[in-house]
Amino acid sequence: MSTQVFYFVATLSIIFSLLVIFAKNPIHSVLYLILTFFTFTVHYVLLNAQFLAVVNFIVYMGAIMVLFLFVLMLLNLNKDTEPSKSPLIKIVGVIAGGCLVVTLIGSLKSASISSPLILKNPGLGLVENLGKELFGPFLLPFELSSLLLLAAMVGAVLLSKRDEVEA
Amino acid sequence: MDSAFVIEKFILVAVIFGISLVIAMYSTYAERKVAAYLQDRLGPDRAGPFGILQPLADGVKMFMKEEIIPASSNRWLFIVGPGLALLCACIGTAVIPWGSPMEIGGKIVPLQVADINVGVLYIFGVVSLGVYGVMIGGWASNNKYSLLSAIRAASQNISYEIAMGLSVIALLLMTNTLSLKEIVDQQHGLNWNVWYQPLGFLIFMVCSFAETNRAPFDLPECETELIGGYHTEYSSMKLGFYLFAEYINMFVSSAVMAALYWGGYNYPGMDYVAAHLGPTWAPLIGTAVFFGKIVMFIFFFMWVRWTIPRFRYDQLMNLGWKGLIPLAIANIIITGIVIAIIEKF
Repeated sequence: MSTQVFYFVATLSIIFSLLVIFAKNPIHSVLYLILTFFTFTVHYVLLNAQFLAVVNFIVYMGAIMVLFLFVLMLLNLNKDTEPSKSPLIKIVGVIAGGCLVVTLIGSLKSASISSPLILKNPGLGLVENLGKELFGPFLLPFELSSLLLLAAMVGAVLLSKRDEVEA
Repeated sequence: MDSAFVIEKFILVAVIFGISLVIAMYSTYAERKVAAYLQDRLGPDRAGPFGILQPLADGVKMFMKEEIIPASSNRWLFIVGPGLALLCACIGTAVIPWGSPMEIGGKIVPLQVADINVGVLYIFGVVSLGVYGVMIGGWASNNKYSLLSAIRAASQNISYEIAMGLSVIALLLMTNTLSLKEIVDQQHGLNWNVWYQPLGFLIFMVCSFAETNRAPFDLPECETELIGGYHTEYSSMKLGFYLFAEYINMFVSSAVMAALYWGGYNYPGMDYVAAHLGPTWAPLIGTAVFFGKIVMFIFFFMWVRWTIPRFRYDQLMNLGWKGLIPLAIANIIITGIVIAIIEKF
């Protein structure tokens, strides 16, 4: 049953991701992206990674996409404001896309179905085990990445402060 | 997964859904009665004895009114908005433990739909999702007041979610679990978390007022500035959905506050009651106590609404970012130090 659910949700993921690209209205794109993230959350639940699932739900669906939507609603983008692209950019786009297709075909040709990875500890994704891993063997990288985030936050505050003084 | 399990959960979901809707319905009545009492008026008293049928009359009115979808609106999203608001309000009830496991005909039935081990985080996920209903509806209306209101709602929710999360972290330091069921079970008798985390509870409560868009933080529907706010263009039952979602949100956040800080279904003397009434009736008394606490909180929401005037927008942001977040961080540090000292000695 789990496999069938996976194929169903995976199909939905692909459909919604395609709709993100093909939607004309940027707000619709963001809404499809939210749906795509929701299907990812279901994937995490299927993998028994409950903590990752719920964090993906809160951070990506609940926080980051709200900010995306927030900015797009203020920008009021529509067909009229979309800049027309010059022929040169279109040609460059076609060449870049063609290169991507060639790379994808090349990599797909050599691809084979890998044997499924079996975790030594199937409960690794649960909060308790994940926390013990993060604060045990991986303490240093964890603390370093949190420092990086703090630096980014301080930087953002500093940038917005400077604007205020000049204005 | 046997069929008995599915039927059991289905009945539980149906009952909780029904209770949520009835409580939301009668919250509208209670709100008007409480407002009337606080302002020395009578309130609704025409429909039925004491106006008790007033919510039904309101419901019928909502359904019978003409439904208007503005020509310049985004038709589908205009319909999705209120639906999403109501859906997000309702799914929060899934992880709340309504009572201790109950014995029915020799079978132990847990009075909780899903005891997931990340229950607290699930609640946060649902809360953060709730703002989409308002945002989508406000944007799809194609009305600048609705849009402004949607943007206000989004920034308010994001700001207060941070302080809310930080205040719960201090609680989680003590409980060592994210499962709501275990958190409630730890508060046996009168051993409630609010005695250990009074500051955390205060921050959590202020944030839940902001998250449910209730006065004094009801800036998204500030009439003096924004006409009706995000639901300016809505009529008929779609408006009803938005209003209903607000009352269900109030119910769910009261339940979460009661479960996290005020002991849930625990009450002093529960062991005595459990020993005398047996495993079938004692859990029901616990559930009744839990609902009593929820009703107290709902009353508190209404009391505050008619006591404190609405904040200004900059005051709201200052309170959130410069008041509550530093307080919540200080609370985490103090809790951490105290726990470390207790474990040491």
